[in-house]
Amino acid sequence: MQKTYYDPADLKKFGKISEWNEELGAKFFEYYGKVFEEGALSAREKSLIALAVAHTIQCPYCIDAYTGDGLQRGITKEEMMEALHVAAAIRGGASLVHGVQMMNKVNKLDM
Amino acid sequence: MIKSLHKRESELANSKRQLEILSNGIFQSGDLPKFAEKISETGQFPLKAKKLEILQVNVGYMCNQVCSHCHVDAGPDRKEIMTRETMQQILKVIEKTGAHTLDLTGGAPEMNPNFRWFVEEASKVGVKDFIVRSNLTIIRANKKHHDLPEFFKQHNIHVVSSMPHWTKGKTDKQRGDGVFDKSIQALQQLNAVGYGMPGSSLKLDLVYNPSGAFLPGDQASMEKDFKKALLEDFGIQFHNLFAITNLPISRFLDYLIASENYEDYMYALVEAYNPAAVANVMCTNTLSVSWDGYLYDCDFNQMLQLPVNSKAKHISDYQTELLEGRTIAISQHCYGCTAGAGSSCQGSVT
Repeated sequence: MQKTYYDPADLKKFGKISEWNEELGAKFFEYYGKVFEEGALSAREKSLIALAVAHTIQCPYCIDAYTGDGLQRGITKEEMMEALHVAAAIRGGASLVHGVQMMNKVNKLDM
Repeated sequence: MIKSLHKRESELANSKRQLEILSNGIFQSGDLPKFAEKISETGQFPLKAKKLEILQVNVGYMCNQVCSHCHVDAGPDRKEIMTRETMQQILKVIEKTGAHTLDLTGGAPEMNPNFRWFVEEASKVGVKDFIVRSNLTIIRANKKHHDLPEFFKQHNIHVVSSMPHWTKGKTDKQRGDGVFDKSIQALQQLNAVGYGMPGSSLKLDLVYNPSGAFLPGDQASMEKDFKKALLEDFGIQFHNLFAITNLPISRFLDYLIASENYEDYMYALVEAYNPAAVANVMCTNTLSVSWDGYLYDCDFNQMLQLPVNSKAKHISDYQTELLEGRTIAISQHCYGCTAGAGSSCQGSVT
């Protein structure tokens, strides 16, 4: 039986998802490649966004990929950590802002 | 300051030990193909030398810095220095080779006591591109070197200097404490005499080596980021950025092994193998001369003591017909020059 759910080697097999549905797989990877091209945002900025999102969705493949990508692009560890705090702030804030809903309910029901 | 592998009497100071490591383990077990097997897949084995275009001369392993990734294992404790006699032999060869580029490297080439004499004499030969690989801090290290920018200008030297990042933290981590500040001062001095300015014929290029166990990113993007940051933060300008892959030899190999990154790094190099880069690897148009006058296919082979496959082993034996068409000596470190966009002393090759 497999001992872990994730294997780092699987990241390199990402492209194989096209084998079971070539049309959708090809469309996805074409889209993916286009998204990360230089545009109104630089490829460097997009890499930092990807790193922050990777931590938000807690995808170990993406964290591995975009930490390495960031190093290759000369992104510093300070920049990486700041990007993560933005993700953490939004994620934490998303929980906390629901506190308003809780407060509304309590205020309505409580005497 | 860390000490060289030689001073530490590390087993990796022995080039034979390095070659053993590069041939054993994952390459012996067949987990990864040897470089010869890989280039055979595309019919590019054996690699053959073409017409000589670049003569790269290592005038000595002495350096004022001890960079953590240095493939030369250079440092203040290295005493191997080229003599004037060997330089005279090289001057005779430059005249008859027709090589368009002369490339002086080290260590810190400026620390060779005959450096200025050699530059003065070699500049009379009239090569098209005369490169000095300056580590920048040497310009600030001692008063006697403060006028190097003017000296370079006087002889129309093309200055190529290492700069691993535009921030102090990453630079000093790779090249030593205080290196970043001194490098910035030296670059400002070079700019002040005209080096690196837009449209200037005084060429100033920077070399980027990754500061860790990863491959360099896209050279053009890195150049854009370097130019923006150095101009905004320090008012510094330069012409081109060469992104160079760290080859798994000497101190970088020592780092890879000590940090348990060696196998992953070799996998990354092999996965990034680009057959298009093989056609343009620098060893096919370059000859590397060591401090004691021996000939190698490249500076990396020099450090691994892999001599040229030719009867002409020494600069004093130089004969074009004995060296042109020779079979290039290869090992697994060569994957460093064929990864991604390829890597050479002039940066990407594709």
